[in-house]
Amino acid sequence: MWDYSEKVREHFYHPRNAGPLVDANAVGDVGSIKCGDALRLMLKVDPQSELIVDAHFQTFGCGSAIASSSALTEIVKGKTLDEALKVSNQEIADYLDGLPPEKMHCSVMGREALHAAVANFRGEVWNDDHSEGAMVCKCFAVDAVLIEKVIRDNKLSTVEQVTHYTKAGGGCSSCHEGVEEILAKVAQERCTAPAVAVQPPAAAVPPAKPRLTNFQRMRRIEEVVESIRPMLQRDHGDIEIVEVDGKNVYVNLKGACQGCMMEQATLSGIQAQLIDALGEFVQLLPAAMLGRPALAS
Amino acid sequence: MDPIYLDNNATTACDPEVVAAMLPFFTEQFGNPSSMHSFGNQVGLAIKDARQRVQALLGAEHDSEIVFTSCGTESDSTAILSALKAQPERNQIITTVVEHPAILTLCDSLEKDGVVVHRLGVDKKGRIDLDEYKSLLSPRTAIVSVMWANNETGTLFPVETMAEMAHGVGAMFHSDAVQAVGKVAIDLKQTQIDMLSLSGHKLHAPKGVGVLYVRRNTRFRPLLRGGHQERGRRAGTENSAAIVGLGVAAQLAVEHLAFENREVKRLRDRLEAGILPQVPCSFVTGDPGNRLPNTANIAFEYVEGEAILLLLNKQGIAASSGSACTSGSLEPSHVMRAMGIPYTAAHGTIRFSLSRYTSEAQIDRVIAAVPPIIAQLRQLSPYWGERGPVAGADGGFAPAYA
Ligand SMILES: Cc1ncc(COP(=O)(O)O)c(C=O)c1O
Repeated sequence: MWDYSEKVREHFYHPRNAGPLVDANAVGDVGSIKCGDALRLMLKVDPQSELIVDAHFQTFGCGSAIASSSALTEIVKGKTLDEALKVSNQEIADYLDGLPPEKMHCSVMGREALHAAVANFRGEVWNDDHSEGAMVCKCFAVDAVLIEKVIRDNKLSTVEQVTHYTKAGGGCSSCHEGVEEILAKVAQERCTAPAVAVQPPAAAVPPAKPRLTNFQRMRRIEEVVESIRPMLQRDHGDIEIVEVDGKNVYVNLKGACQGCMMEQATLSGIQAQLIDALGEFVQLLPAAMLGRPALAS
Repeated sequence: MDPIYLDNNATTACDPEVVAAMLPFFTEQFGNPSSMHSFGNQVGLAIKDARQRVQALLGAEHDSEIVFTSCGTESDSTAILSALKAQPERNQIITTVVEHPAILTLCDSLEKDGVVVHRLGVDKKGRIDLDEYKSLLSPRTAIVSVMWANNETGTLFPVETMAEMAHGVGAMFHSDAVQAVGKVAIDLKQTQIDMLSLSGHKLHAPKGVGVLYVRRNTRFRPLLRGGHQERGRRAGTENSAAIVGLGVAAQLAVEHLAFENREVKRLRDRLEAGILPQVPCSFVTGDPGNRLPNTANIAFEYVEGEAILLLLNKQGIAASSGSACTSGSLEPSHVMRAMGIPYTAAHGTIRFSLSRYTSEAQIDRVIAAVPPIIAQLRQLSPYWGERGPVAGADGGFAPAYA
């Protein structure tokens, strides 16, 4: 279930100004039944002052579409048409204490209806750019046809630009792959691949460890093992170094560690730490293997 | 007011018996079934018992044909990917357009990798055409995957016949039976189905456990490789508590199968008979004569599903919708579109899915609640006038479908 604000719920359960307005002289119809939401905004405008005397709506749509419509009518009542045209979709959302990001298109629809109604009053033609291509961005209801057109017209090359121009991709971001595909398609036609900055990674040269004396080396092995002991002791185990012979470090695992399923995992974990501390390969072996031919690692 | 849960196709409540059986496996029975000591051994025995109960529910010939997984989605993915990998000489999949996204999204992705995917369309009632199916089968078909029952409408598919036809060209047959198991009788040993998916949380077991049935001698490649769990067919330490829960749920499902098809079905039919005559411009979607006993999917034209759900929810009634808004997309359900349900209705489809816990008093409360809600929303809708749907005469809101 959506996380709607108290205000959205309230406007949905008790919408203001719902139903037809008989003497409306400015009507804006937007949306479509296909998209799942449609709004008819009906305004009664005083022809002299262009003051919006009354506003009603009829909405087919989800909870936030109905709440946004209700909010819109409350916001514009008492405003002049010019003032009303300045109402942004963000203001509609703010009036409702916010909408879930995926539902911001409901506020966009409210604003579109307002513009359509004003155009209707002024006898202008309002251009609705909803076309019927495959829906790419579901959060903001932007289809492939529109995205492709905007990419072409504005020579866009990144998903971020597409989001800025169309809102597509600005919500859940799951359509980014789809947007990239359209970008790639247009880019291919333009014969300029999308700008991808490929920088070869700097060659990873590990800092050379200074060679240790035998004594330093022993000390370091001891330090690593000492640092691990408290952890083993917590699990009622322990470890003891028995012998260091070249690259082989022989240890005794004691207590709960001994013979436990974790023995091998514990040994290889400590071995990794030793290798790291010494800067050379060593092999950690159970003391029981002292004197046996070393395993091929 | 008691809440009324009619969204059992989405997920079900864990049966109290299932919960009780699981609890020890979170406390004293925490052992790893792979271990040699007695901690593990008892868990191993409990899993074996669960496997046999699932075997009984599915009518599988051998208990080793039951592979526990983490969910229905994993079972679906495993089945399809295994079939492709085990038969490199075959690179085609046949499925339907009304599958769950667990199948469809996977197929979309495989298609990008070069696998040929044929998606069978459906008619207005959500039925496929067996002749079309036959024409698509070929020696290149690796696997056919068709759901046993559709999750939105409950429509049943002739999977047994389709499995036989698949074998005719040497292809494997998989069925996503996530919605069917426990609601319709299944006896896999009498069929030619090679693989079948089920999901625990749809039959009163917990979430996070599923099963892939793999018929003996079916060539198989695991999805997860690692330890030897599930005979190497699904590595990863067993979710023992959930598996034990699923075992109990499987047994309960066997015991309640008749009840489901008699009593739950009666309540479902009562719900439809109570609502439809009271609400103009409403109809049942799918194939009413051939569907799951617990599912009623009703389209209410000219109103949007999420709005209906919110008002139902206010009265403590939980259902779901094929509308765009409820899914966070702006397109209505792919199942409704595949059946050619007009947009005027597709956005207003509500699925009521019952369970053995649903009571007659609850159904009667829903019957009383729905008609006023639809009337209230239609009053708000620009597509609805005084006497019904608005005709497109004034160039205003011409419904896409009259
Ligand atoms: C038909 C069908 N298949 C697969 C799934 C996925 O199952 P799960 O949620 O266990 O991954 C569902 C559940 O939504 C389903 O209804």
